[in-house]
This record gives sequence, structure tokens and C-alpha cells, in this order.
Amino acid sequence: MFGLNKKDAGLLIVVAILALAAPFILNPFPEGSAMAQFNAGYPDLMQRLVIFGIFAIGFNILFGLTGYLSFGHAAFLGVGSYAAIWMMKLLTMNVIPAIVVSIIIAGLFSLLVGFISLRRSGIYFSILTLAFAQMSYALAYSVLTPITGGETGLQPKYTDPRVLDKALEAGQQPRANLFGLEMNQGFQLEMGNWVFTFNAGYYIAAVVMLVAFYLSIRIFRSPFGMMLRAVKSNQQRMNYTGLNSKPYTLAAFVISGMYAGLAGGLLVAMDTQVGAERMFWTASGEVVLMTILGGAGTLIGPVLGAGFIKYMENIVSKINKSVLEQWFAFMPDGIEDVLVAIIYPFVGKGWHLTLGLLFMLVVIFLPGGLVEGGQRIGKMFRRRDANANSIEADAAEQRKPAAE
Amino acid sequence: MDAILLQILNGMDKGSAYALIALGLTLIFGTLGVVNFAHGALFLIGAFCAVTFSKILSLSHVVIDESQKDFLGNPLKVEVPYIYDMFGQATGDVIIDWAVPLSLLFTVPVMIAIGFAMERGLIKHFYKRPHADQILVTFGLAIVLAEIVKYFYGANPIPTPAPSAFAGSFDFGAMLGFDPNTIIYPYWRLVYFAFAAVIIGGVFAFLQFTTFGMVVRAGMADRETVGLLGINIDKRFTIMFGIAAAVAGVAGAMYAPINSPNYNMGMDFLVLSFVVVVVGGMGSLPGAVLAGFLLGILESFASMSVVLETLPGINQIIIYLVAIIILLTRPRGLMGRKGVMED
Repeated sequence: MFGLNKKDAGLLIVVAILALAAPFILNPFPEGSAMAQFNAGYPDLMQRLVIFGIFAIGFNILFGLTGYLSFGHAAFLGVGSYAAIWMMKLLTMNVIPAIVVSIIIAGLFSLLVGFISLRRSGIYFSILTLAFAQMSYALAYSVLTPITGGETGLQPKYTDPRVLDKALEAGQQPRANLFGLEMNQGFQLEMGNWVFTFNAGYYIAAVVMLVAFYLSIRIFRSPFGMMLRAVKSNQQRMNYTGLNSKPYTLAAFVISGMYAGLAGGLLVAMDTQVGAERMFWTASGEVVLMTILGGAGTLIGPVLGAGFIKYMENIVSKINKSVLEQWFAFMPDGIEDVLVAIIYPFVGKGWHLTLGLLFMLVVIFLPGGLVEGGQRIGKMFRRRDANANSIEADAAEQRKPAAE
Repeated sequence: MDAILLQILNGMDKGSAYALIALGLTLIFGTLGVVNFAHGALFLIGAFCAVTFSKILSLSHVVIDESQKDFLGNPLKVEVPYIYDMFGQATGDVIIDWAVPLSLLFTVPVMIAIGFAMERGLIKHFYKRPHADQILVTFGLAIVLAEIVKYFYGANPIPTPAPSAFAGSFDFGAMLGFDPNTIIYPYWRLVYFAFAAVIIGGVFAFLQFTTFGMVVRAGMADRETVGLLGINIDKRFTIMFGIAAAVAGVAGAMYAPINSPNYNMGMDFLVLSFVVVVVGGMGSLPGAVLAGFLLGILESFASMSVVLETLPGINQIIIYLVAIIILLTRPRGLMGRKGVMED
């Protein structure tokens, strides 16, 4: 199907079903129940899950395949966002031109950065990309304020020219739309105690994510993807065979930059505003975390990692002391207090601590990320059922040979 | 002329901090071959050691003071720091005033202990792993350490004053024959610079003139051979890690009065220090120190208004710009050795 082999097509279909049924899957608890705060089925979070999935898929094409660790990918996300918002200000509130232009601009910018940074490798490459990203961030904050809005950022305004759109009537808000379908439109389905939200913006982002995922499978399976893996496993040997690795790594860099630009454009399409903090180096660090946590070099890993981190960010950071006390209310007072005191630093405002610890544990014990964890669990069952041909088995095949 | 002098002075204190952190980073890289992204967090912990120490000193208990009465004639309750009970009021006040310099006594053992724990508990297991893994695990550790600090001290900067003896500014201009008040410089920054010079000199002397330092330098050049000679080089490298942690820690502790510590400062300094290390040349100690001061001074030159008029925003990006140019034109950095991470 679509030029994929059976396993890959299966994986794509599983991801497609998960993405399209996400409003159900992410909303397993009825409204008003104690567990309702674990529901992630609201549009804003679902959109973030898939958009950062795209970002991580793109990053994985660079880091997972070639092994070049970029610490500056947020710059491309930011540049894409700025390009998208300018399209919305100048041209039209339709998201198509905004997203297309954000991909192109981010691609051009990553061509420039990649051309320079890829002259070095290893830690020097990381530092160079970090330097470029920090420069972009600093400039967006200070000198480029006329273009970037500086600290306040940018939003589409009532007075913007928007040459393709009809003039807005007084009091009308400019809203991002797809040929009239507004991003925040949707409907709610009530089934008993459950309320499922179906949101237009989410489904557009999810379809884009599926296309992006499909393209990344094709890249992984192509001769081009083989070349990128050769760069990772032994660049020197590749050079000795007479191949020039630079065009391949540069192409991978630009592709991942374009993915980042796409994610940036989508972020603007869903929530029409940009700020420079999107380009800060912690944002670059976050996409590295997502990719590693999920499993670098695997197809599904980055999506899992991005979903996991964004879910944690939204859900764990909402848990506060009174929620904890409610959970452990059934226990004797003394034990309850101790448990709350132990767990409290890790939730709410402290979720970064949980994230950092989790990340360390993954790097130390599971260098292959969640996917490797899944494989290990899968292995325990496979002894019984040798033919169980699961996603994990597929992922096991993809896992690159250990680096360096 | 006076403007140039002023900028050089301004660059010195930041340059000193860069140089100290970069020195520690290079020590760790040169000895253990590990790229330590948690080094900024060690700087941060050092700064908060100073904060903690000054808080401990001003711990107090409530005493009913019979000599002071409020308007109803009841005796006032006065908070008295424990330190008064131990040393009397006059000495106690001096000790509290000098909390930051005195905190070094507390910072050094704490940092060495943290350094040992980090090396033995975590870094040891990452010698054989690729550099990317080392970067990632120490990056995670940096997040964890910064968050722990945030949990205990909150997210706001905590002002930690320098001793009042150094509160004023020194009028350099008057001394050198310029008009008074053209080149003034806070005393504490001078102290910081002198302190950094002493620490850097101390580390170099330790490596250059002691037997221990000689063994460590030999180990940096060829670890395997030194091991074959029957020397326990791992143990010495662990000690060097402790020393590097202590250098970063005291750099942070002394920096607390210049810039009120908050939980983000480690990351801010780390990114810049890495750039410094790379500019100086990976694995070169003099290179790290030189590049630290050079970039600190360049940064302050770039923030002169004359420069900003012609090149707006240059002060924000100068360090990164220099790093990019250096990395592309001199792959080994300013003073890098041949064969150390040259790819």
C-alpha cells in the first residue's frame, strides 16, 4: 500500500487509527469523575500532541538517521511560525499559504545554517547549531523587533492589509481558517457521562501529521535513508568508498528543518500568535528529549516521545496538593501526609523535575527509549508466541546498530 | 581611551566567571573525556551554597528584650541570631556581613562531595558511551539539579550582598590621571577578578608543580600507558572531577553578590561557557582561560553605545558570532591540541 511493505503499512494504519480516534482514546474518564483531569481530549492539547509529533519526526530524520545532534532546531520552528503569521497578516487568514510559506522559509534558513554547521561534526556541530539558534533568538528579541514583535510577539490584527481576504466588519476577529472552516470549530458528542470534542483544527493537524509520518517512513526505507544510516555508522568508511556524505547530511538537515517549519506553521494556524521564546534553546532541548525518550532512529519513537512529554506537561503540571490529598484520602492520616509530602515535589510546578529524572533514567537504562522498553516487554511474550508480529518487532528491525 | 579601559574592566568579571567554568569543563573533558553539560548546574549549586550559608548564619531565635518597651510598656520580642550567642554581637555582625566570602569554607567541601558523588555514581558509567549519550545524561542531570534548587529556593532571584567593606566603587580614572568619576568600578568585581586569577593560578600551579599534577597531565596525554605503569589513574581523575566541581562552585558562590542567584543562571552560563571552551580549543586549559576573558571583554565592547549605533544588536550575538567564525576558520580553536576531537 502506498509503496510500503506490509509491516510499514500496518504501522501507518495503526498510527492513523490512533490519531483519528484520539478524541475517544484520550478521553477515557467520564466528566466530573476524580480521574477526569487525566483526560487529554481537549483540542488545545491534542493539537500540540500531533504538532510536536511532526517536529520530533523531522528531528529524528536528522538525529536518528545521521547521528548529528542538533541543539538548535527550535530556530526553524520559530522562523516557520514568523513566516506563517506574516502570511496571515499580509495575505489571507487561510492556513494553506501560511503553512506552505513557513515550510519554504524554514527550509531556506536551514539550508544556510546547515551549510555552515555541517562543516564540522560531533560536539562542534551541536555547538554551532546552538549558536545559530541563540543568535536567532537574541535578534528576534532585540533588533528584529519590527519583524518579530520583540517581547510582545505577533498576532493578526483587525487593521492588517490581508489582500486576499474580504475586509472584516467592525468588531470581527480575524480567525485562522481553511477555506472558511475555522480552526476552532468543532462539535461535542455527549455519550452518557462522557463528552468527546471533535475539533477541525485537530483533524487538519492530524492529517498533516499522518502525511509527514508517511514521508518519514518512505525516507527511512529509501536508498537515501540507507546513505544517512551509513553516515551514522561509519562516515569515514563511506568517504573511502568514494561517496561524498555532505550532500546527504545537508539534505537530511534541510528536510528536518522543513518539518520544524511545518510544525511552526501549524502552531500558528491553531493558535494565531508567536513569541520569540519559541526559539529559546530550552525549546531545542525539548525536541531532543522527545526524540530520545521515544527512541531515536525508530519510526514511531519520536511520535510517542512527543505525545508523552506534552501529555505530562499538561496533565502532571495540573496536579496540586489538594488533588493529591483527595487521592490518598482513604489512607490513615499519617501515611497520607507522608505520601503527599513525597509525591508533591514531582507534580504541579515540579513536573520538570520528573521529566529530568525520567530522561536520565531512559538515557542510562534504555538508550533506545520507550520503543526499546516496548521491545523488551514484547520479547517476554514472544517466547510463547513466536509469530506475534507486533509493532515492537518491526521497531526491533529498524533499530540502528550501536553508534560509534 | 577611558571608555576602552572601562569596557575592558567591565568585561573582566564576566570573563572571570566564563574562564572559571570553562576551566572546569576543560579539566573534566581533558581528564575523563566526558562532555559535562551539568557543569553550569555546579556553578548554580555553588551560588546557592553562598545563599544557604548566609541564611544559616542569620538563623535566629526570639528573645524577650526587657530594655525595649513598646507603647503599652510590654517588653519587645527581638529576634537574635544564634551567631550572637556564640560570638557576641559585634563579632556576629561582622560574620554575617562577610557571609559570602566565608561561605567558601562551606562551598568547597560540599562541591567536592557533589563532584565525587557525580563522578562515581553517574559519569563513571558513561566513559565508554558515545559523546551524544554523555551530553544527554548530563543535560538531564542539569535539569534535575536546577529543579531541585527551584523547589527549595523558589524561582525568584535571591539578593546576596557582598560585605559592606566592598560595597562602594573604586575610582580608577582618578588613579590613572583621568577625570574623576569617568572610570568607576565596584570593589566586589575587582575582588572577583583577583579571586578568579588566584584560583586559575592555583589550578595551573597544582597541575604543573606537584607530583599529583604531573601524573594527571601524563594521564591526560596517554591514559592507557599511565595505567600500565601501575598508577591508579581513575582515582586521580575522580579527584580532578571533584576539583573541577569545586572551581565551578566557588566561582558561583563569589558571583552571588554580582548577580542575584536564581535557578536559571546555571544554564545561562553553561551555554556561553561551552562556546568559550570550543573557542579556546577543546582540551586546552590555557585556551579556555584566554577565551573566557577574551569573550567577556568582547561582549562588553559590543555593548558600547558607539558600536551599537553602527551594528544594532551586536551585543546579543557577538559571542556566538565569534564562535562560528573561529570554529570554521580554526577547527582546533585558539589553542587546541592536535588530535583532540578534531573532526
